[in-house]
Amino acid sequence: MNSLLVTGGRLIDPANRFDAVADLLILNGKIAAIGADAAAKAPKDVQKFDAKGLVVSPGLIDLHVHLREPGQSAKETIATGAASAARGGFTSVVCMPNTTPAIDNAGTVALIRERAEREAKINVFVAGAITKNIAGEELAPIGSLKQAGVIAITDDGHCVQNNELMRRALEYAKMFDLPLMDHCQDYSLVSDGVMHEGYWSAVLGLRGWPASGEEMIVARNIMLAELTGSPVHCQHMSSAGSVQLIREAKKRGIPISGEACPHHFTLTDTVLAGSEKYWPTDGKSFTASGQNLPTWPSYDTNFKMNPPLRSARDREALIEGLVDGTLEIISSDHAPHCGYEKEVEFDYAPFGIIGFETELPLSLMHLYHNKMMSLTDLLAKFTVAPARLLRLKNKGHFSLGADGDVTVFDPDFEWTFRRDDSTSKSKNSPFDGWPMKGRASATIVAGQVVSQN
Amino acid sequence: MSWNRKHLLDIESLSAAEIMTVLDTARAFKAVGERAIKKVPALRGKTVVNLFVEPSTRTRISFELAAQRLTADIINFSAEASSLKKGETLKDTAKNLEALNADIIVMRHSASGAPHFLARFLQASVINAGDGAHEHPTQALLDTFTILEKKGKVAGLKVTILGDILYSRVARSNIWALIKLGAEVTLCGPSTLVPKVFEQMGCRVTYNVEEAIRDADIINLLRIQHERQRKTMFPSIGEYTSLFGLTKARLAKCKPDALIMHPGPINRGVEIDSEIADCGRSVILDQVTNGLAVRMAVLFLVNGGQGPQEVAT
Repeated sequence: MNSLLVTGGRLIDPANRFDAVADLLILNGKIAAIGADAAAKAPKDVQKFDAKGLVVSPGLIDLHVHLREPGQSAKETIATGAASAARGGFTSVVCMPNTTPAIDNAGTVALIRERAEREAKINVFVAGAITKNIAGEELAPIGSLKQAGVIAITDDGHCVQNNELMRRALEYAKMFDLPLMDHCQDYSLVSDGVMHEGYWSAVLGLRGWPASGEEMIVARNIMLAELTGSPVHCQHMSSAGSVQLIREAKKRGIPISGEACPHHFTLTDTVLAGSEKYWPTDGKSFTASGQNLPTWPSYDTNFKMNPPLRSARDREALIEGLVDGTLEIISSDHAPHCGYEKEVEFDYAPFGIIGFETELPLSLMHLYHNKMMSLTDLLAKFTVAPARLLRLKNKGHFSLGADGDVTVFDPDFEWTFRRDDSTSKSKNSPFDGWPMKGRASATIVAGQVVSQN
Repeated sequence: MSWNRKHLLDIESLSAAEIMTVLDTARAFKAVGERAIKKVPALRGKTVVNLFVEPSTRTRISFELAAQRLTADIINFSAEASSLKKGETLKDTAKNLEALNADIIVMRHSASGAPHFLARFLQASVINAGDGAHEHPTQALLDTFTILEKKGKVAGLKVTILGDILYSRVARSNIWALIKLGAEVTLCGPSTLVPKVFEQMGCRVTYNVEEAIRDADIINLLRIQHERQRKTMFPSIGEYTSLFGLTKARLAKCKPDALIMHPGPINRGVEIDSEIADCGRSVILDQVTNGLAVRMAVLFLVNGGQGPQEVAT
């Protein structure tokens, strides 16, 4: 049971700097052999998966997703969210605590873990809240959350504004070696902003959300990481200034890290003026392909997310940060919302987009196919880097004895994403009709194929 | 140039020729308004809905009268009395109005882009009567009409817009219309309310009011909407008046034929000295009169009218 011989694929294991055509044997859900050994050690009746012409990677990890259960199951459930993640090539995800109720108590953690055990075919890890009811006022029972099984804490969707509280959270979490992740947003600067503050917010008459509203908190986190010696992970970085702050802090040896989402390194705020304005300007690199490109109107709420899409310069800085290692992790910030919730005036629409099924292709397109980085370096951001941050010792690599989680993908497969075809319960993607290059072929969890395209 | 748009959502997307078509059509309707019988049957049997999700008096009345002069049936629908407060979405409200066979929906809304959102799924025509801080296209058209009427041209004129630009839909629509027609636009007001980013739209930005109005042919004053200001934007109305108010002393240094405009409602003694509002150089009431003609033209054009040649004279 749970044994599989993956044959003939290009096996890339960033943690072990391995990149060669090789077989991979999973026995009883664990990595048992690689290369010539694999076929030799395989039981005669072992199930085989032919990966010829495909890339075989340690299972992809997305450490920033919203599965909406409990309490918001009209948007997504653990079952549908996990199915969409599996389809996108993810073997492990970390769900955020801004559910109803928030994941600020052991009972909710237990509920999610129990439901994931029954309904999800991939590994669903739980992030707990930093503060009670993610209200930013009192510490959540972080020790109990840890005992209940959370692997990180964050108030994602919200940001702890009180610096003294954040300092104590960091000191307290350190006692449990529990990673702390932060959604960086200064409330007074951001106020009621709904998009990036710049030319387009001025023209469209929408309230701007300045980049400094993120950078202020990134700088705060750097200072508190230095003060406490406790690491801070900055979630979904969106601005050039944030990347620069993290880069400099890392040089000084401060324990800080950052992640980027594909929408932030693919799109810019010009999209809010509609496709007619976007394609000839910030979207020019796409038009070169000569492919049919989708159209969308101005004020399209499927482009409304927090943090917002920023300028072309910010987009470029995020890619630079990913290339030079300043940002070591890529996540989706998969944030499903019902159609009727998004079909309202721009100001009133909730922030967020779905992202599991476009995450790998967009990353391949902008970072690998664009020749910005090698496949090994790109895959590290989905595998070994998040595994290390989350202290998942047996995931994110192909060392013998590691968990048999594998993502098989075709980096060159060309297709068009249709949001209505998404496995997610919600369809709020801005990438409807976009040409994609690269797609997960199979998602394997503990030696079992759980999704196949 | 004939008109072939179903909606009027903003000025930004119009060409100079389209703007001129509206203004020419408005001129024909203005002549109608000066006759003993002020009504024409252009929209007979058509239903116009004034969907005012944000309160307004003058714009709503102007549209209402314009529709009546065109013999359309008109329904006023305001947010306070509506089901919007009971949780119905704007989309559902508009679909309900359309189910009553509304032909034209005139909408005022506090959210920018709301008319663009409506236009995506309605068969009816949508006219933007002001959306958030975005645009107020009929205001810019009536302002441009008034300038053209008084000055005989727009191209080459120096127009200064003074006041709260950041939150003003009137400013944005005027900027686009004036630039498209070849005017030179200067923006002036407190630096918190007149960010430099507006220069990228093709305007000049200055914080020196004397310099801003000295050579202006047109001074368009915008209301300081103190109720909408966050407290951090400027210290007080008093300080605003002392720094940027159009006083008699400041006006004395302007060109003698400079026109003073204001979209209303004016705050006497705040952005404008009371006597100036009533002086011969003020065209504030002409703007109101012209607003009616412009709105008749817009209703007529979005309903399938091609241009001034079709207006019975």
